[in-house]
Amino acid sequence: MATQAPRTGGRQTERVRSDGRHDSFMRYNNFQWLKIGTIISLVVIVGYALIDVTPRPNGGSWYGYTLGTIGVILILWLTMLGIRKRKMSRGHWSLKAWTSAHVYLGLSLIVIGTLHTGFQFGWNVHTLAYTLMMFVIVSGIFGVSVYATLPRAMSANRDEMTEPQMLASLRSVDRQLHDAAQPLTHEAAEQVRLSLEQNAFGGGLLRRLSGNYSNCQTRHALSAIRQITGGKVDTGHDPLEKVDALLTRKVAMLSRVRRHLRYKALLEIWLYVHVPATFALIAALAAHIISVFFYW
Amino acid sequence: MSFILRQLSRTSDGREIVRASTVEKTQITIGRDAGCDIHLADLAVELTHATIKEDSGRRITVESTSGLDFQVDGRGVRSALIDPGKGAELRFGSHRLTIGSDGGNVLITVERVEAVSEAANEKDEGGLFTLKGLLPGRRVSAWGFVAAVLALFLIWPIYTYATTSGVKERAAGVHGDDSWTSGPLSDAHKSLQNNCQACHTQKFVAVTDSACLTCHKADAHDHADPARIARAKEAPGIGGKIKGIFKAAFNKQDGRCVDCHTEHEGAGPMVATPQAFCTDCHGTLKSRLGDTKLANAADFGTDHPQFMPLVTVGIQGDERLTRRVSFDSNPQENNGLKFTHAQHLSGSNAVGRMAQTMATEQGWGNKLECKDCHTTSADGTRFKPVSMENSCQMCHSLAFDNIGGTLRTLRHGEPGMVVADLRALYRSTGPVRPISLGGLARRRPGDYAMAETTQDYVLGARAWPGQADEAIRAVFSKGGACFDCHVVLPVPSRGAPVTIQKVFQPDRYMDHGWFDHNAHKGETCVSCHAADKSNTATDLLLPNLASCRTCHVGGTGDRLKAVKTPVVSSCAMCHDYHIDGQAPWLTKRAIKKGKGAPEHSMTVAGTR
Repeated sequence: MATQAPRTGGRQTERVRSDGRHDSFMRYNNFQWLKIGTIISLVVIVGYALIDVTPRPNGGSWYGYTLGTIGVILILWLTMLGIRKRKMSRGHWSLKAWTSAHVYLGLSLIVIGTLHTGFQFGWNVHTLAYTLMMFVIVSGIFGVSVYATLPRAMSANRDEMTEPQMLASLRSVDRQLHDAAQPLTHEAAEQVRLSLEQNAFGGGLLRRLSGNYSNCQTRHALSAIRQITGGKVDTGHDPLEKVDALLTRKVAMLSRVRRHLRYKALLEIWLYVHVPATFALIAALAAHIISVFFYW
Repeated sequence: MSFILRQLSRTSDGREIVRASTVEKTQITIGRDAGCDIHLADLAVELTHATIKEDSGRRITVESTSGLDFQVDGRGVRSALIDPGKGAELRFGSHRLTIGSDGGNVLITVERVEAVSEAANEKDEGGLFTLKGLLPGRRVSAWGFVAAVLALFLIWPIYTYATTSGVKERAAGVHGDDSWTSGPLSDAHKSLQNNCQACHTQKFVAVTDSACLTCHKADAHDHADPARIARAKEAPGIGGKIKGIFKAAFNKQDGRCVDCHTEHEGAGPMVATPQAFCTDCHGTLKSRLGDTKLANAADFGTDHPQFMPLVTVGIQGDERLTRRVSFDSNPQENNGLKFTHAQHLSGSNAVGRMAQTMATEQGWGNKLECKDCHTTSADGTRFKPVSMENSCQMCHSLAFDNIGGTLRTLRHGEPGMVVADLRALYRSTGPVRPISLGGLARRRPGDYAMAETTQDYVLGARAWPGQADEAIRAVFSKGGACFDCHVVLPVPSRGAPVTIQKVFQPDRYMDHGWFDHNAHKGETCVSCHAADKSNTATDLLLPNLASCRTCHVGGTGDRLKAVKTPVVSSCAMCHDYHIDGQAPWLTKRAIKKGKGAPEHSMTVAGTR
């Protein structure tokens, strides 16, 4: 799906050109699907308010069945995007149109699903299905919002550097550090070694998402070396001076890489939730529907 | 002995490059310092880290000079004695030194085995910037979730169903199908919360009536013939048709107990069946059941037929002749009494004056009130029949003789005894003896006057018993004690016993609608029963539809006229689906709660 969007692939360039101007999936065809989604939601809300089902609104009333059927069909159709996105096509049912419909019809599912419940919630498989549905929708909203905001910041941070270039740059600094640190005393050399041995891409998911690397050995090494070099005059002969300069470069490079990693993680993380939760939702939905008719 | 050093390195395509050199020394140094014999460009190695020197015989000693460890065959040591003939592997930082012997010389092969830095390691560069490895794969977690959800919420419940079907009571604890409940059961069925199988007896079969009747053996009365109920139902609208499609597709029959008595709607009292369940049939019943005697009723506030009380139209012997007469046809109640309410409730006529004189003795007010004669039944729902002894006799005395201050009274309800008592009175007494017949009384001179008086008295005394007939006639005739209140039936033949028409005081006039006086304690009697204006005994002093509607509005608050303090009244306030002669279910529940009135009957709907 949209994971493809920020990449500049030949095919996409061609498609954009054929459209004449760029029109994001959010604005597709002058917000056509936003309008359709809004109309569906309003009709469903008005119906809920006006139709007096007995004994009280719930999923088992005729209106509840209707909303439930619409909801399950919609969920299955929305899931189809995973298959559909792998086949690009143009025109009215272009992937962009499809994605636009996915987003706005997915949002209208909040109204359809919530009114299907009749606001009866409990610790059961039915509410589980509803919760998973809301979870999927919320993760989707998060995904759309990071797609709308992050690529610009990411581009600014990258400064036209590609990922292999970032990696090469890190390796280059490391090589130079290794050589420059050879004459150092054991203590100083140890600091540099720790910096070299630490995985710049290490740390768990939380590190990635927060961008907070408090145990960065490179920063530690720099501050340790700085304590020695700080009070000295720059003679140009002291190997520590070179190490200091190299560590400073590495710190700058690392922070760029880590910011990049953070943006990428934020752009990716929602799909790790959105897709598995969708599958869990479909399983819970199956259990929900079967249970209702099993204990009819 | 000399040391042969072999420096091993690899090109980018993995080819080995060996640079060999010989050091003719008995002791060589190892370290990061370029001056060392074995120079290791390795930041984990000290500038001069260790020395290797010949030991006695063929062996060598490796000794740390920096105080830092090195490894021999994987173990960290500071000093080691090694036989080159046997060989050993030393490890300094990222470098490996393999010791061997080459014809009397010590052969040391030096090789870097780890990359200069972490970043320099070969990596999967494509995945390096992604979350790959930090989170389980999307595919793995997706199928994992699917398996977990299906196992917990589908397979386990079905297993529970299969293993506990038919069990009367399941063990306490968590059951697989607990997660299937759509909401807690009502208070009435709380004990079944743990026993899904009690009601859900068959899979994919909607809860059947037989499941309900397992427990409800005595309190589930039929409403009407099921065939007639089926005919009486309104044709479903769009919504009903949609529901019908679902019901047909999933084997859900109509007309079951649970159609009205919906469960799993939350803890607390069971949700009252909404009015629509009644009006779906009764709103337009006539159009589908042409032979029904019932008028259409869709809502009390807007569409309810006029009340038709069952009034007494006549009395034949001991039989009460009744007919249901609409209030629109001016129903009359011929109950056998000649009682006029207005006359008795007045404060200014003879009755009122009498009441005032007896006020202290009877605990009355300035005039008679309803309660002075009418008393409620034990449960307060209705009123007891008025009795002569308790409610009439204090004024309408039947005393006929005074013997030494004790009053003798006629027996109420026994006309034969009345006749007998009166005859006995006249037989045992005589006319009042004139005072002139007394021995010492002053009298006119001469005997003429006394003889005349004596003659009159004797004549009178002889005729005295015959006076009884007249007294008896009087008591059963206009102005007589019996006649004024009761209907004295014509005597069929001379000498036949006198009979009084039987009196009927029905405690209910509307058998199909429930009324509870308890719920109306806030009202005065005359606000519903216009007794103070009734001058005819046959007036039926019951409120009609319009009168009730001055407070009671429809089930959803609908009304035809403005109502000051509306009381929302659904069908179930007065009517019962499972008719059993008791209060309707809603009312019964309210009474049980101790409020005495249906809880929602007192809800004041918003004024319109």
